Amino acid sequence: MNSLLLVFVPLLGAVLAAFWPDNRSRPLLLPAVGLFHVAVAFGLLLTPVDIPPGAWIGYDSLARAVLPVVSLLFLLCAFYGVAYLRIRSERPNRAFVALLLAVLGLISAGHQACHLGLLWITTEAITLMVVPLIHFNGTARAIEATWKFLLVGGTGIALSLLGSFCLGYASIYGGGQGDLTFTALIAQGAGLSRPWVLTAWVLLLIGYGTKMGLAPMHTWKPDAYGEAPGIIGAMLACGVTTVAFTAILRVRAVVTAAGEGRVADHSLLAIGLFSMAVAALFLLGTRDFKRMLAYSSIEQMGILCLGAGLGATGAWAALFHVWSNSLTKGALFLCAGNMRRAAGTSAVDQASGLARLAPRSSAMFVAGVFAATACPPFAPFFSELRVLRAAFATGHIGTATIFLGCLLLAFFGITRLAFAVVDGRPRSARKTDRKRLAETAGVIIPPLMLLGLSLWLGLATPTFLTSAWTAAVAQIFSPK
Amino acid sequence: MSEPLNLLIGLAMGLNLLALGSSRLLAVIRAMSVQGMVLGVMPLMIVGLSGWNVLFVAVMTVVIKGFFIPGLLRRAMRAARITREVEPIIDFVPSLLLGAGGTVAAVALARVLPLLPEHAGTLLVPGALASVLTGFVLLIGRAKAISQVCGYLILENGIYLFGLLLLEATPVLVEFGVLLDLTVGIFVTGIIMDRIQRAFDSLDTRKLTVLRE
Amino acid sequence: MIAGGGALIFRLVLWLMLAPLLPGIINKVKAWVAGRRGPPVLQLYYDLARLWQKSVVMSALASPGFIIGPAVAWVALTGAALLLPLGPAGALFSFRGDFLLMIYLLALSRFGTAWAALETGSAFEGMGAAREVSYAVLTEAAVITAILSLSVHSGSTSLATMLAPSVGAGVVLLAAGLFIVLLAENCRVPFDDPNTHLELTMVHEAMVLDHSGPPLAVILHGASMKLLFFALLLTEAVLPVGNLAPMPAAGILVAGVLAVTVGVGLVESLLARLAFRRVPLLLTTAFILCLFALLLAWKGGAA
Repeated sequence: MNSLLLVFVPLLGAVLAAFWPDNRSRPLLLPAVGLFHVAVAFGLLLTPVDIPPGAWIGYDSLARAVLPVVSLLFLLCAFYGVAYLRIRSERPNRAFVALLLAVLGLISAGHQACHLGLLWITTEAITLMVVPLIHFNGTARAIEATWKFLLVGGTGIALSLLGSFCLGYASIYGGGQGDLTFTALIAQGAGLSRPWVLTAWVLLLIGYGTKMGLAPMHTWKPDAYGEAPGIIGAMLACGVTTVAFTAILRVRAVVTAAGEGRVADHSLLAIGLFSMAVAALFLLGTRDFKRMLAYSSIEQMGILCLGAGLGATGAWAALFHVWSNSLTKGALFLCAGNMRRAAGTSAVDQASGLARLAPRSSAMFVAGVFAATACPPFAPFFSELRVLRAAFATGHIGTATIFLGCLLLAFFGITRLAFAVVDGRPRSARKTDRKRLAETAGVIIPPLMLLGLSLWLGLATPTFLTSAWTAAVAQIFSPK
Repeated sequence: MSEPLNLLIGLAMGLNLLALGSSRLLAVIRAMSVQGMVLGVMPLMIVGLSGWNVLFVAVMTVVIKGFFIPGLLRRAMRAARITREVEPIIDFVPSLLLGAGGTVAAVALARVLPLLPEHAGTLLVPGALASVLTGFVLLIGRAKAISQVCGYLILENGIYLFGLLLLEATPVLVEFGVLLDLTVGIFVTGIIMDRIQRAFDSLDTRKLTVLRE
Repeated sequence: MIAGGGALIFRLVLWLMLAPLLPGIINKVKAWVAGRRGPPVLQLYYDLARLWQKSVVMSALASPGFIIGPAVAWVALTGAALLLPLGPAGALFSFRGDFLLMIYLLALSRFGTAWAALETGSAFEGMGAAREVSYAVLTEAAVITAILSLSVHSGSTSLATMLAPSVGAGVVLLAAGLFIVLLAENCRVPFDDPNTHLELTMVHEAMVLDHSGPPLAVILHGASMKLLFFALLLTEAVLPVGNLAPMPAAGILVAGVLAVTVGVGLVESLLARLAFRRVPLLLTTAFILCLFALLLAWKGGAA
């Protein structure tokens, strides 16, 4: 029963934060809850619990395989957040802290949701909670980003609800009793009505794909990531998107059980490759290093979809990639936040010479960029290699070729941009603000630890993780 | 049972086109609110006055979709001194034709999808799909934030219409989801519109074009 | 089926003689709503007689098309009128696919008028013709859709069988759509104001500005026949006149045409002319109404 703690403790923390009187000490709630969350999440990872049949929520294999990394990322972001909110002490942080905690609780619920309706409600709630967080900076550009996020994201949620209804009707049409837990839907299997399952799959893929930021539903992503604080970008790119990804995996299992697995795989491959291609092309053109991270994130989401469409080995690689991407991308977002504050802008044309303005962050940023573009020995190299091997093993030679081509283009785009901001001479026109510039331990150690974890994950993938991923793949691909 | 229900669904589909063809914001809001009320009556016609939760859904839908949200939008219009014209990006005639084409496509698509015998004679599926498509046309084809919100609501109405198929079989949870979504969505949207107003002195989303490649 | 010569002549005379009554009725209704006495109901007959006696003024630039155009238009309209069945009496000429001929005849008559208008080489007439044909694109789409829906509903492609039964659920949509088409085709308010004398805002009237004498009489008579034609089409499409006994059918037809005419008069008194750029929107609405009637016929036929 204690997996519910992962949901309710953060939500309680959110309520507490909403009523906490002191602006200075309130951020400390973030690491406090984060520490507890990590302890419970990893404890449950090591000692799995059984979930009763018919339960709406439970720490099942898929949740075990993904949720701990979100928890870990949150903890490090929380430490960073304390330092960040101290720097930004001019802005009230009540909503920020409370909503961030609420988002953590809802992400935990979304990963554990074993019921179609519950899954949808958590996704919906996460979207609404994130809206004010993107808006935290309050600038005109932040408003623009928020509006686009709300409109595109809202439409995505609406479509995923429609898809959930279709899946529900598929079950009822096939003689189901209205039990919409995933185990019940999978058990119904071929009894589900095929046309309705296909309709549901299309709508759910578009709906949750919008949350994931797959092209062509990715348009909110660069704006939101570019304007939100770095910590929010990290949570969005590596926390919220993973909920949508596990949702797609769960639905895919139902679709496969209904006998339409080929369609599901083909559509996943197509949308994955398309996202990678779009992201790679935009990476060559963008002139803003925070937006660059967003396009890179779209590319990673494409890789996840690609893996999920390549069968069991591919899905295993995709789960691996969830971990490696979350850790690496988290570090990049936090470094980018530091660099943006140092330069006062994230536009390439105005920011340069960050190696002098923010030397430690820049160094980590460059390291992170190499990690994210799949250079060994960081974890993304190994996870993407496994995706590639899955593609070759299943005979998808063309897919593998396009995959490699996109990676190459992305590498050009990302490194070009990264060195453009890091190298060169700082613009002297900018008046430097000592306090904002300071690279204190609080804003340096969390990204460093994330990078270290990424390295460790790549060099020595612990067996408890690999077995968790294997169990998750078994849950999706060969359900009892 | 199905004849009067179909008449109401037909009315809702007609209101879709009215919303697409109106050049006044208030007319769009009115079309949306009438549609909300029409939708609110439908659960009673499908299930009858069998249980409290059906009645609850019906009453809540009429109140929220029919009165509360339109009232909120009208207030936002007054508060922000928004002019009454709709300002289309896709002009009215193309929007109408798109809407009509969407309706035809919805009917054609709905014939492919099998329905349980008790739903076979109803227009629920084509009506739902048509509303969703109308919502999309309004979302894409209108410049003002308020009209985009209207489009989103019509899209929601379509999903609600579809949800009526599941009303008997699954818990009302899904229905609550819609209501929650609507209220909170609009609430948040309202706040944001307020902010947009302060930042740009306009509710014209065409001015939201700083962020792009 | 070709009826005897006597029937042909009788029906022709009926059409030709009764048609000019309708504009008179409309004007009477308008006068009544406005509280005036108004012109006599038979005014158009007097006008036609007067015009017939006048001579023709022809531009030196105009070719004989200036005279032939109105004549072609009138003949085409008369042909279309004879194709239209009159309740249980049926049509004079009836064959499979005759509705296509009817639509083409209507288009031919429009072509004739526009041709004659262009012959004058005047900018106003050219503008009027341009407007007329650009509206026609939309109204014709609506008419064709309306007739298709009748055809799908009755499973026949001949006007006589098509118009006999009523349309069923889509009847309201069809009636509304056809009424808008009637207003547009006959250049009534809210599309065009027959009373206006401001050339810039006119459509139909602008096309016939330079016509005089007998050609003008032919144009005016043709216009009144067109009005009667559409009023009859509307009545028969909506009401199941074809299956009744002759006497009640005749009564219903007359009542229906009268109702439509009075309706036009009321619309004309109570509504203002539409702004020019809004006209396509209303015509699109008519098209969509007919389209939905078609959809209903299709759906209802299948279910």
